[in-house]
Amino acid sequence: MAQILWFENYQPADAAVLGGKNTSLGTMFSAGLPVPPGFAVSADCYRKALADAGLSGQIDALVAAVDMRDPVSVSAAGERARELITGLAMSADLDEAIRAAYARLGEKCGDERVPVAVRSSATCEDQPDASFAGEHDTYLWVRGGDAVTDAVRRCWASLFTDRGIAYRLERGYGQHGAAMSVGVQQMVRPRAAGVAFTLNPLDGDRSQIAIDASWGFGEAVVSGEVTPDNYLVDKVMGTITRRTISAKTTEYRLTDADAVVAAEVEEARQSVPCLTDEQIAAVARLARRAEKHYKCPQDVEWALDEALDDVVLLQSRPETVWSRRPKAGGSCNADPIASMVHTLLHPVKGTPESTC
Amino acid sequence: MADRFPSPFEMPTPPGAEGWQDLYAYSSVFSDDRREYEDGAFWFMDGVHTPEVILPWDATILEYAIIGLSQYNTRHYVIPPALGVDIRFLNGYMYLSPVGVADPKEIEARVPEFAERAGYYFANWDRLYAAWMPKLRALIDELETISFPALPHREDMAVITEGRGTGSSLDLLTTYHKLIDLTMKLWHHHFEFLNLGYAAYLDFFGACKQLFPSIPDQAIAKMVAGIQVDLFRPDEELKKLAQLAVDLDVADRLLAEGAAADVLESLRGSAGGDKWLAAWEEAKQPWFNFSAGSGFYHSDKVWLEYLDIPLGFLRTYITKVQRGESLERPMEAVVAERDRIVEEYTELIDDDEDRATFAAKLGLARTVFPYVENHNFYVEHWAHSVVWRKMRDLGRMLVDAGFFENPDDVFLLSRHEVPEVLFDLYHGWAVGAPSRGPKYWPREMARRSGIMTALRQWSPPPALGVPPEVITEPFTVMLWGITSESVKQWLGGASDSGALSGFAASPGIAEGPARVILSADGIADLREGEILVAPLTAPSWAPVFGKIAATVTDVGGIMSHAAIVCREYGLPAVTGTAFGTKNIKTGQRLRVDGNEGTVTVLE
Repeated sequence: MAQILWFENYQPADAAVLGGKNTSLGTMFSAGLPVPPGFAVSADCYRKALADAGLSGQIDALVAAVDMRDPVSVSAAGERARELITGLAMSADLDEAIRAAYARLGEKCGDERVPVAVRSSATCEDQPDASFAGEHDTYLWVRGGDAVTDAVRRCWASLFTDRGIAYRLERGYGQHGAAMSVGVQQMVRPRAAGVAFTLNPLDGDRSQIAIDASWGFGEAVVSGEVTPDNYLVDKVMGTITRRTISAKTTEYRLTDADAVVAAEVEEARQSVPCLTDEQIAAVARLARRAEKHYKCPQDVEWALDEALDDVVLLQSRPETVWSRRPKAGGSCNADPIASMVHTLLHPVKGTPESTC
Repeated sequence: MADRFPSPFEMPTPPGAEGWQDLYAYSSVFSDDRREYEDGAFWFMDGVHTPEVILPWDATILEYAIIGLSQYNTRHYVIPPALGVDIRFLNGYMYLSPVGVADPKEIEARVPEFAERAGYYFANWDRLYAAWMPKLRALIDELETISFPALPHREDMAVITEGRGTGSSLDLLTTYHKLIDLTMKLWHHHFEFLNLGYAAYLDFFGACKQLFPSIPDQAIAKMVAGIQVDLFRPDEELKKLAQLAVDLDVADRLLAEGAAADVLESLRGSAGGDKWLAAWEEAKQPWFNFSAGSGFYHSDKVWLEYLDIPLGFLRTYITKVQRGESLERPMEAVVAERDRIVEEYTELIDDDEDRATFAAKLGLARTVFPYVENHNFYVEHWAHSVVWRKMRDLGRMLVDAGFFENPDDVFLLSRHEVPEVLFDLYHGWAVGAPSRGPKYWPREMARRSGIMTALRQWSPPPALGVPPEVITEPFTVMLWGITSESVKQWLGGASDSGALSGFAASPGIAEGPARVILSADGIADLREGEILVAPLTAPSWAPVFGKIAATVTDVGGIMSHAAIVCREYGLPAVTGTAFGTKNIKTGQRLRVDGNEGTVTVLE
């Protein structure tokens, strides 16, 4: 049984024990996308740890007894399951494997206490038609072997968040089949971060890449706490076809104690664009590469790393809104004369709108 | 913001220009007779073709051109929503007004006729277009046969022996009529394909915007643009001649100080020199029938008649060859880029049916585009050069007859006055008594010159009258670059933030010092790396595009000359800024963003 799987050695056969998120990171890594380095603790480790601790049956029973219509029962079962998992003792074998891998990552990054993100990656998470996004825990800015192994246990436990249990029940996924892989990846310290769609979410225009960007960590953008700067970039021409700069009042920053906290952006910086044109182009290129790799429109999380002074890819998922719409065939009139008449009667704007 | 422009009836006559109206066709000036219509219409100044005061005879060609355009919209192809473009001269400047079909039922009724007529042309485009060039060449040949000899002291003996029964006076009048009729015919030919070409292009444009709502305009233009364009041939010929001059070792003689005539003469006699001169002569016809302006002014200098102009450009090119620089346009790169753009957008279309429609529309747009790009050389440059030359010949004949002092004074006559003047000449010649002209015209020409000088002091507003909610006439949008947005901008006046906006006509961003050039005479001042700021550019300015960093124009859309050339040369361009030459001063540092259509004054 492989315990530790490095993203750089990713094989498609590993997907079953990596879960959605880690598979995605592994795939991106092997596709040459600029992803920070890291490794995954396989889902088998989770299963074995529960079995070793004699918890498997007990937890199955807890969940099986849940009455989905009763939120109190969901929440009580979840709490108990999480308590059990957080308290279990990891086998010395696995504990050492995780610490060794973390040490190796530290060597790679030139920092023996390299800060990492420890992320849950449920085995059926992030399927195109089932999004577990936000269902399970992520721990950012974790340093040192003790903290990492602890965070791994807490990620395991987060398989039984109330929402996680309810989600699986609603969809009829077997509770027993659900397992948790955990990703450990070098933290980036973003000067700015955000999301990018490889189509225009407003009208489904596939020739455009829409970028939302704000100061600091991407949480501010993802959670909707700020109105980000917004750009449209034409994929083919590489030109910025629209740019809207907003007052970005909040940013997530790192404190000296490695905590990520929301803070107010000083006024002078609020309405300053958080990306240069070159950086916008770099985000667009990265999103386009992800789309070309996955061969379908993507929803990408990216960050502009302070230390690297470069854009890195944090996550790429299939875009689900426009991609699921039935294709509007014949959206332009094939009969040239009829279409010309239409064009003459409804003149298109001669100039692209500019909202600068 | 005002909701209308000043009324044409509020425009004062500049002091000293009183009576200017009588010098233009009575049908082409504002008057109380049509006041209600004229005051309620929208009129824009045509800065694309005529940024300066237009002399009375020059107005002829503009009337023929604009009314020819109108006739094809209205009477030939029955463009459903668009009638013609109306034309008025105001204080010597030309104002145009697109006329639409207001009644939706009438638009509907025009559709089947348009389908039948335009459909026929699209379906038979290649065959019909193949006939166009021979028609035009024949017309130019016929223009070339025109001559205006002085009336003879005696009719030739052959007139007697052949029993012709007519005199030279009739030939003179007939020849003048032939000249203006051929000019009208030229403009009929001009619009045989252009309106449809624009319609097909706009349709492709519309399809692109439907498939990709945010696609940049210049991406669409790049997918269609031709690579071998006759409009660039004069410039290409100079580049070839520059290379040849270096190869034949005559470069230094061509670079030597002196007027064109002397410099060229100095080459004669040596083997290399004669060979080079033969190539130069070869290139002159037809490629030096090339105007330094838009071709719509008799005063636009034509290369053939001002060899110093092409020689100046040639010298620049020779210097570049000697420095080892390449004069080749990056053809392969342009073609590769065009193909890449088409391929990538095609890949982004999800639906098979849409992909097929896109390909078909692109195909039609590319079929019609060679005409859109090439006709300009043959009509505005070559044929116009001949028309102006023949009129000048007529002027010289009248100078010899003592009617006025300067051959170019003939352009101070309107086209209907010319037959009267010729009749006066005939009258005196036939009777053997004095014509009135030699006393009348010198005085009248002085008065008219004074009027023209006074008109030049006037600054024409960009538009007059009541703007429509939307502008639909295809030429107005594509060629003149007048859109609902530009109208709004004019109404709002220039912004005071130091930023100008216009059409994103050619992509890229450049910074550099501005050089404001108001006419072709100023282009010699341009320095390497400067940003050209001009009311508009003309094809004969091509050689300057090799040294400038970007272009900003007051007028013109994405199909204007500056836009087409800058895309070819890979230079950023923002066209139709309305206030570029007014707001920007030479020497100011500018940032030209051809991706977004903005110009910023940096200092």
